[in-house]
Amino acid sequence: MSYLSAEAMTGGYGAADILHECTIGVDKGEIAVIVGPNGAGKSTAMKAVFGMLNLRKGRVTLGGDDITALSPQDRVAKGMAFVPQTNNVFPTMTVEENLEMGAFLRRDDIRRTMDQVYGLFPILKDKRRQNAGELSGGQRQQVAVGRALMTEPQLLMLDEPTAGVSPIVMDELFDRIIEVARTGISILMVEQNARQALEIADKGYVLVQGRNAYTDTGAALLADPEVRRTFLGG
Amino acid sequence: MDLVNALVALANFVLIPATAYGAQLALGALGVTLIYGILRFSNFAHGDTMALGTAFTILLTWGLQGLGISLGPLPTALLALPFAIALTGLVMLATDRSVYRFYRKKKAAPVILVIVSMGVMFVMNGITRFLIGVDEIRFADGERFLINARAFKEATGLEEGLALRSTQVLTVVTAVAVVALLFWFLNNTRTGKSMRAFSDNEDLALLSGINPERVVMYAWLIAGALATTAGVLYGLDKSFKAFTYFQLLLPIFASAIVGGLGSPLGAIAGGFLIAYSEVAFTYAFKKVLTYLLPDGMAPEGLVQLLSTDYKFAVSFAILIIVLLFKPTGLFKGKAV
Repeated sequence: MSYLSAEAMTGGYGAADILHECTIGVDKGEIAVIVGPNGAGKSTAMKAVFGMLNLRKGRVTLGGDDITALSPQDRVAKGMAFVPQTNNVFPTMTVEENLEMGAFLRRDDIRRTMDQVYGLFPILKDKRRQNAGELSGGQRQQVAVGRALMTEPQLLMLDEPTAGVSPIVMDELFDRIIEVARTGISILMVEQNARQALEIADKGYVLVQGRNAYTDTGAALLADPEVRRTFLGG
Repeated sequence: MDLVNALVALANFVLIPATAYGAQLALGALGVTLIYGILRFSNFAHGDTMALGTAFTILLTWGLQGLGISLGPLPTALLALPFAIALTGLVMLATDRSVYRFYRKKKAAPVILVIVSMGVMFVMNGITRFLIGVDEIRFADGERFLINARAFKEATGLEEGLALRSTQVLTVVTAVAVVALLFWFLNNTRTGKSMRAFSDNEDLALLSGINPERVVMYAWLIAGALATTAGVLYGLDKSFKAFTYFQLLLPIFASAIVGGLGSPLGAIAGGFLIAYSEVAFTYAFKKVLTYLLPDGMAPEGLVQLLSTDYKFAVSFAILIIVLLFKPTGLFKGKAV
């Protein structure tokens, strides 16, 4: 069984289910990517894994522990970190304060982790006294990822980290994400840019209408003519 | 033309009183803006929280005076203030537990919380009157003046007197100290930063493991302390009357909104803006103009833009103008 394993998740926001028997998993140091057309329930699947959605069926385990009933806050304490797609920084707080808030639950010295984040995103060190709301879209995403890393998570979840950033910044962000994964952190992300995301993915999940349509390694999905034709535009 | 006398008259009747009043409004508006930032509703009970906190202070002051304790030249109320703040804090927490928390759990819309706070306002209103009565109460003791009008005239040989009451200086000094302490707390402590984070982005604060109930608790305690301090300073400077404090709600809200709801800096700027406007619009400039204009051109009328009875119209007009043209306020707060 994978480090994170969400099995047969069924549920939604109201009466109607959005997810149907959706299964997602990611191992230590792996990158798993969820792709699919608009309205496929990609973000909903992320929220379900993070406990922001009531599941009617299915279970979520992290490192073998059943966490299905835990609140998002308790999951943070368990080593999960989540970067929402929008509103993912504290706009009127400085970059450094954003990182400090990420480490709010930690009582030990956060200096070392902060240096690691600055090492990963050097631009943030230059801008550490500037309010996060004043940064460019790409820099703001870096702050958001940095904030999530401050808890020293085992699993980092990213909801469309490259939404609204330029192609150059996107490549840069993907490189950083690979770097994070190399340190042993599992990464689960939803991506709109399916092709690029699958290129760096160890595992790929194609969701259609809340169901698993295709599941394979990123490379295999990219090579699958059916997936290429339907989801990657040929 | 007599520039010096004109300036002295202006300072005596406009600048000094308005500065003291502005500091009082700023402290009041800080409380409103803090609750808005954290709990996301306009707390209509704030004026009556000020009244209740001041009532506690007055009762404690009488107790201290009965025991023969005083602060010498400073008002005894200053000694009673910390205890009154503690009592008000307890009332705030009890109100939150028994009333607001229920609606928070239900994720009630802000407009519902506003109505709830009006209910709390009426209850506090009643409790205050029950506790201390409806009459006007003066509870300032100690030295009355730092600069006496007659002594000033004798010392400078000017026609105009300048009076500086000790409560006015006390108001400004206390307000500066309280604001400095508040900003230090918000910018440098873990709890203060978590409050700013919560105000900035509630969902992300939850994702970062910040405990919302703790943040809310601190917000009420600080709002209670600010309300009590503002109320006591206003009461020392003028007098205490439950109804007047209820009326203060309008200029306080105007200050908070003009500055930008949720912005502490805005609340302070708004407080002074409202206070200066209110005093300037209702002051009769005849005297100042008589000094300034050449002989024979002195105005016959009072040169008063509005009667003092209409002073609330000034706050109201500013409030409307801001809401129409710059709803987020001067310091980019949240839109109402």
